Amino acid sequence: MDKWVWFALCGSVAVAALLSPLASSWPDGLERVAEDLGISGTSQGLPLSAPMPDYAFPGIESEPLATALAGLVGTLVVFALAIVLGRALRTGRDRNSAR
Amino acid sequence: MHIPDGFLDTKIWGSLAMASTAFVGLALKGKVERFSDQDVPVLGIVAAFIFAAQMVNFPVAGGTSGHFMGSMLAALLLGPWAATVIMSTVLVVQALVFQDGGLLALGANIFNMGLIAVWSGWLVYLLVGRLAQSAKGRRAAIFGGAWASIVLSAAAVAFELSLSGTVKIALALPAMAGIHALIGIGEGFVTLTVMEFVHRVRPDLFPVRGDGDG
Repeated sequence: MDKWVWFALCGSVAVAALLSPLASSWPDGLERVAEDLGISGTSQGLPLSAPMPDYAFPGIESEPLATALAGLVGTLVVFALAIVLGRALRTGRDRNSAR
Repeated sequence: MHIPDGFLDTKIWGSLAMASTAFVGLALKGKVERFSDQDVPVLGIVAAFIFAAQMVNFPVAGGTSGHFMGSMLAALLLGPWAATVIMSTVLVVQALVFQDGGLLALGANIFNMGLIAVWSGWLVYLLVGRLAQSAKGRRAAIFGGAWASIVLSAAAVAFELSLSGTVKIALALPAMAGIHALIGIGEGFVTLTVMEFVHRVRPDLFPVRGDGDG
C-alpha cells in the first residue's frame, strides 16, 4: 500500500473509531422530522438481521467502545469493498495516457 | 437521511429500486473505461472516509443533529459517475451491516444520496464555477454544490414520503428542507475543508477529469 493510502486509511479509521463515540446522539434530520410528524417505520422489510445494528459492535457493554469498534470494522469493510470494486473496473491504463 | 423500511410505499421504493439499479448499472458499465491503477486506492479512501465521517453526528438545532454525507466530495474527487458507485457501496454496507437505512428502501437511499445528491451537487458546482472563475469562485462552487446536494436530496425524500402517502408534502417539504438547509452548511464546510487539504497534499487529485476547466 502506498504511504499516503495508509495514512488516509488510518485517518478515516480514527474518525470512525475515535470521533464517532463523541458524536451527537440527537436524532438526525429525517429522524427528527419523522418524530415530529408522527411517522413510524416498521421493522426490517426483509428477514435478514444485521450484525451490528445501529453501529453497535455486539457483545460489548460500553456503548462508546461498541461504537468505536463498529466504526473500525465498517471503515475497513467499506475500504476493502471499494478497492475490490475498483480493481474489477479498472482498465490497467495509466491515468495520464491518451484516451 | 437514511430512510428506514416502512416509510415508503411499495410503488415508491419499488420504482426507486429499479431506477437506482439502472443508473448504477449504467455507471458501472460506463466507468469500466475510466479507472486506472492509480485510481483504485483513491476509490477506497474516499469510500472509507465518507463512511467514517457519516458516523460523526453534529448538533444543528434544538434536539436535532446532522452528519456529513459526502456526495459532493465524492463527485469532486472521483467524478460524478464513480461518486454514484462509491456512495452506493457505502449505503449498501450501512444497510446490510448496520441496519442504517432499510433494505427495501436501499434503492431509494441510493437514489437520494447516490444520484440526486451527487448530480445536483455536481451541476451546481459546475454552474457556480462557470459564473465565478477564480479561486474564490471555486470555493463558492464547492460550498454551494455541497449545500445544494443536501437540500435537494432532502427535498427528494420529502416528495417520496408524500407520494407514499406517509405525510403531506406541505408538512414534509418545509420540515426536511428547513433542517437540511442547516445541515447543508456543515456539509459545505467539511467538503471545502477536505478539498483544501487535498489540494495541499495531492493537487493532482483535483480538479478531476470531466471538470470543464480542469
